[in-house]
Amino acid sequence: MATIMRFVNSSLRSRMGHPSIALSCSASVARAVSFGVAAAKPLPAKVKIVEVGPRDGLQNEKAVVPAEVKIQLIDMLAEAGLPVIEATSFVSPKWVPQMADQVEVMQGIHKKPGVNYPVLTPNLKGFQAAVKAGAQEVAIFGAASELFSKKNINCSVEESLQRFEEVMKAAKEQGVPVRGYVSCVLGCPYEGKVSPEKVAQVAKRLYAMGCYEISLGDTIGVGTPGGMSEMLEAVRKEVPVDALAVHCHDTYGQALANILVALQMGISVVDSSIAGLGGCPYAQGASGNVATEDVVYMLHGLGIQTGVDLHKLMDAGAFICQFLNRRTSSKVAQASCKL
Amino acid sequence: MGNIPSAVKHCLSYETLAQDYPWLVRWLQEEKYGAICEFPKTVKVVEVGPRDGLQNEKEMVPTGVKIQLINMLSETGLSVIEATSFVSSKWVPQIEAGATEVAILGSASETFSKKNINCSIEESMLRFKELISSAKQAGIPVRGYVSCALGCPYEGRIEPEKVTEVAKRLYDLGCYEVSLGDTTGEGTPKSMAMMLQSVMKEIPTSALAVHCHDTYGQALANILIALQMGISVVDSSVAGLGGCPYAPGASGNVSTEDVVYMLHGLGIETGVNLSKVIDAGEFICQALNRRTNSKVAQATVKS
Repeated sequence: MATIMRFVNSSLRSRMGHPSIALSCSASVARAVSFGVAAAKPLPAKVKIVEVGPRDGLQNEKAVVPAEVKIQLIDMLAEAGLPVIEATSFVSPKWVPQMADQVEVMQGIHKKPGVNYPVLTPNLKGFQAAVKAGAQEVAIFGAASELFSKKNINCSVEESLQRFEEVMKAAKEQGVPVRGYVSCVLGCPYEGKVSPEKVAQVAKRLYAMGCYEISLGDTIGVGTPGGMSEMLEAVRKEVPVDALAVHCHDTYGQALANILVALQMGISVVDSSIAGLGGCPYAQGASGNVATEDVVYMLHGLGIQTGVDLHKLMDAGAFICQFLNRRTSSKVAQASCKL
Repeated sequence: MGNIPSAVKHCLSYETLAQDYPWLVRWLQEEKYGAICEFPKTVKVVEVGPRDGLQNEKEMVPTGVKIQLINMLSETGLSVIEATSFVSSKWVPQIEAGATEVAILGSASETFSKKNINCSIEESMLRFKELISSAKQAGIPVRGYVSCALGCPYEGRIEPEKVTEVAKRLYDLGCYEVSLGDTTGEGTPKSMAMMLQSVMKEIPTSALAVHCHDTYGQALANILIALQMGISVVDSSVAGLGGCPYAPGASGNVSTEDVVYMLHGLGIETGVNLSKVIDAGEFICQALNRRTNSKVAQATVKS
């Protein structure tokens, strides 16, 4: 009996974060029972949403968006209460014309206090340009698939991580936090199935290099909740769950279900894109990023705090869709007639 | 045991723990082995496209097209394809016409009941009692539906206890299965869990189904939580046919293709051939001259 009690105690402590036995036990039981889920996993009380629309979203939209529109979008998103907004990418305009106005955008946005505006930096040159333009946080990316890495950035996973060591070193020297991305965590358009252990390895490397957070991306959206939980199980053995985020694509409609399972496993950072901007380059006509409005709707329905005002968020979505002359991919926006 | 507070001694007996909180025992085991929870091994998918889906489409569908759709769906492995209409006062001709199963619709919302079928919940139950006893005499199984299970377009929030009351009435009257419908699609996994927790106290889980609408994109997440709670019957509509009459331009039913994709990804057996469902979806969308609502179809069909 004492063994069971200790086991319950340690499990509950790791969940609840404080050592009190009796109160934790009964509070957890009461809370779990009232939530009503048979295999109750306490959900996080707060979730940080990382808005990737202005970068990941727009990068995958056909129409090139002028800097002033991007700036207005980013400012509207900040007003909606989003704590992190990926503003742009310091990649060569030759490769990504959409991000050619990177400096103008960086310098034009109204940086709201308390909001982070990370930018993508594929190499040291990009990093230096980013810092010069005023960036205070950067992001780097690795892939969990060798073939994807070779086809996407023309080098192996190991080589890409070595390139990023340079960026990490410079970032450390200048006190710039770095966020890491791992792509293809639930499947690769070239390799097919990706092993959870490979994802864990790459995530561990990025974390050990100094990334404060690792965002695990289901790049082609093929993942389902079973695969998501298997992958997270492997990764959280190597990286603390507080330092993990999920970046789900809704190409097969699985994003919200995958996010729910991630929350059940302790993830409390979710990437999403306003209006579900950004198609999928690997499936013509298919959708890509999960819509921020739909994620926020679910989180608020679950009683989870995000700090986001859903109405203002929908206004930002309506604004960019009007400019792009496209229908929103957000179901919440469609249902609320904010097209 | 000396340093354990007396307040908690009642839950120290493993037998009591296991009896009173079976979920806690499962949770402890899962914590050890890292699995998230057990899903049902098989799930029955109830295809409502030909009825619920087409009923809510603007375009009128010629009978020949409807028949071909049903025939194509029959080839997919789907074991239940709803071609029935809801029983109304004109039920006798339907049964005489050879219907092998009928469905009755109750509502968890008084206002919805009055606006939709022009009578109160109580009045509808009295009508159903008659209908079900005749159906029983004719040996025809009856499936019950409860609409507005997670919210009403007129009343707003619906108490789980009200859903339970109505569901229990339908079950006690003789429905072999009760499908709980999120008519407006506004439900989220928490409201789904709370509603199911209430209903499952009165009706065996094996006699329950969920009928989720994807109007706010929440359907698959809601279905997932229902599966985690032991539900093993899910309603869906091929190509996500059927808009939402309460939110113009919005989607309605969840797509069968997307549901089956998730179930198969979870290792759950459905007996359904996903490519054939996609084909059936492509066929009906072409006939209706509309884009599919299924993301799986969008990602796989070269349109």
